[in-house]
This record gives sequence, structure tokens and C-alpha cells, in this order.
Amino acid sequence: MISSDTGVIADLVRHHEGDILRQWLDLQKRGGTLQTGRIGEAELTTQSGEFLQLLRDGFESDTADAGHAAFAPARETLAAISRSRAMQGFSPRETATFIFSLKQPLVEALNRDNSLSATAAARLMWIVTSMLDQFGLITFENFQRAREELISRQTREISELSTPVVKLWDGILALPIIGTLDSERTQIVMENLLQSIVDQGAEIAIIDITGVPTVDTLTAQHLLKTVAAARLMGADCIISGIRPQIAQTIVHLGVELNVVTKATLADAFTIALRRTGRAVTKVKAARTEQRRQPDEQDD
Amino acid sequence: MDRIPILKLEESLLVTIQVDMHDRLATALEEDLTNKLVSTRARGVLIDISALEIVDSFIGRMLDNIAAVARILDAETVVVGMRPAVAITLVELGLSLSGVRTALNVDRGMALIKRRLAEEADADDED
Repeated sequence: MISSDTGVIADLVRHHEGDILRQWLDLQKRGGTLQTGRIGEAELTTQSGEFLQLLRDGFESDTADAGHAAFAPARETLAAISRSRAMQGFSPRETATFIFSLKQPLVEALNRDNSLSATAAARLMWIVTSMLDQFGLITFENFQRAREELISRQTREISELSTPVVKLWDGILALPIIGTLDSERTQIVMENLLQSIVDQGAEIAIIDITGVPTVDTLTAQHLLKTVAAARLMGADCIISGIRPQIAQTIVHLGVELNVVTKATLADAFTIALRRTGRAVTKVKAARTEQRRQPDEQDD
Repeated sequence: MDRIPILKLEESLLVTIQVDMHDRLATALEEDLTNKLVSTRARGVLIDISALEIVDSFIGRMLDNIAAVARILDAETVVVGMRPAVAITLVELGLSLSGVRTALNVDRGMALIKRRLAEEADADDED
């Protein structure tokens, strides 16, 4: 029985495709899909038209199971649409509106068909509703999956970004720490720093804590551990970027930082350069002197 | 019994630990080094542990002891070539080897000892 039922639906969709699509788009617009500005009308029309066509193709193959192979293209398209909406920042409601607002046009198309008996119409309506519900679930699953992928990728990126070791000069490394320093991150930071010291043959490492929001006893201990490990490798550490509040906290906590500390990274770099036998001088002074010399010769 | 060779290089003693240290070997090294320091009147001790993959608290303390003994005998101790993993282990064990000087490799360690000795000589001259 079902086989002919889906065929009827397919026919119905084919005959009223324009009407259904128009009404569907209308409902989506009323639902506020376009207002967010994340998607253009042309794109929405293309997506809707494509999905309606694939849905009709699926119905033609005599099955009312959304998981059936006949609906595979429709499922894939829907999944792609859901994923792209998740990435574009659509809310779950906005994403679900896409599939659920198709229900009304389809049901109304059924109602308009006078040739159907009451029982047949009820049966068809049930098929349409249950199919769209199944597609709704697919939409949501894909939306959720895309969001989770996005979150896990961002987490990974953050952890990669948060522990760079920068070479400032030959033998001078800088380690700008951004964010809270917990045990797990300390481990990563320490390993990164020590490996860089070996790789680059660094003599001095500057740990900049400008981006660390708060320093408690535990954070201080982690910092000191890193410093001690670097020292064991034969590199000196300088801690820079200590903000006024943090300096006060450290003193109030009674933590002894037996390390060279500097207020800014620039100060720490100057010290590091001096220790490695270098100095920074102004070029301007030297240039004016050079320029003056030929003048004097002219005179 | 195995012993770790101690080489004399200019004014310093050079020890390269190439095998896994066990406790008896460590005690023997400590003893040999002390004797050698006295007999050669060396002014520096350079311990290369770049081949050492595992360090426990005993070895850590041995390094500290050697440095303390050497200081009494008026010699500077430099430990060089410590691996990152070893450094992390020692720190986690709470051994920061505060009495030991460190350098990245033998070259730098040697330079460090020479610089220290030169500084001392300068200070003596001023006196």
C-alpha cells in the first residue's frame, strides 16, 4: 500500500512544485532565516529547490523510510546544509526551521487534492509528517556534530597557540604565556621550552607572564619549576611582564621568586643582550655624526 | 667492578657518563673524583651527562655531593648536557641542584670554568 502512497506524494510534489517551493520559502523568510543576514535569498532558494527535488526523487522509489538508500542524496544535501549553517553560526531553531517549515506546504498541497479519500489523505499526511520528522532529526544530528567539531578544533588550536617559544636573538628565547597556568599546561610549556633550549642552544630564556591573569601559590610554583628545569639544562631564566597587582599578590602570598624579574619584556631583553655580550644603541646618533664629518671637511 | 673514566684536560677533570648509573657506580665515581681532585690539583670538574636517560634521586644527590666536595677542594663543578626529560624529573623530585653550575654542552661548560677561574685570578690580583 505504502508504495503507491509515496508515488502519490511524489506526483503531488511534481505537480505543485512551484507552489510548494514558493510557500516554503515564504515560511522560512517569515521564520527569520534571511533577517540574520548570514544567508542570501538566492542561496536559500537554491538549497530549498534542490532539497525538494531530491525529496521527490526519493518518494518516487516507493519507500517511506528516510534511512533508505533512495533518500541518500536528500540526506547528504540536508547534512551539508545543516553543517554549513552550524559553521555560519545559525541557532538550532533557525537551522531546524529549514526542514520543519516544509511541513505546512506539503500538507496543504495534500488538502488541496480533492481526488483523495479521507483515509488516504490521513495516511499520506502521516507519511509526510513522519518523513519530515526523521529529516528533522538528521538536521539536528548534523548541526550538533558540526558544532562539536568546531569546538574541538578551536580547543586544539588554542592549546597549540598558547605555548609558542619565540627566538628573539641568537641564544635568547622568549616564552610568552597567555592564560592560566595549570599543571597540565606547565608540563607542555616546560617540555616546549626545554626542547627549544636544546635545539637552539639558547643561553637565556625569558618567560613573559603579561598574559597570565592571576598568579597564586600554585602558579608561582609551576613557574619556579620551569625556571629550575631550564637552569639544570644550563640556561638562565628571566621572568618579565609582572603586573602591579601580581607583584602585590606574590608578596602577600609570601612566595619567594629567586629569579631575575623584570617589569617588561623589553627590559628583560636588554638584560639578556647585555649578558650575551651585546648592546642596543641608537642608529640616529651615529648617522648624524657620519653626516657631519664630510660637512666639516667642506668647511 | 666497572669504573667511570676520569680524564684530565688542562686544569679540569672531565667525566663523561656513558652508561646507566647504578648506586655503586655513583659512589665509586664520587670517591675516585675526590681522590683525583686532590692528586691532580684540578680547579674544575666537568660532568657530561648527555648520554644519561634516567636519573633518580640518588644520582641527583651524588651530583650535589660532588659539587660540595669539589668546592671544599677549591674546584668549580659544571654539569653539562642534561636532557629535557631528566631536568623535568629532577625538578619534580624536588632536586634543583642549587650548588651545581650547569651548561648546555661541553664547550660552554669548559668556557664557564675558564671564565670563573679567570675571574678568581683577577680578584686575587686586585688583592
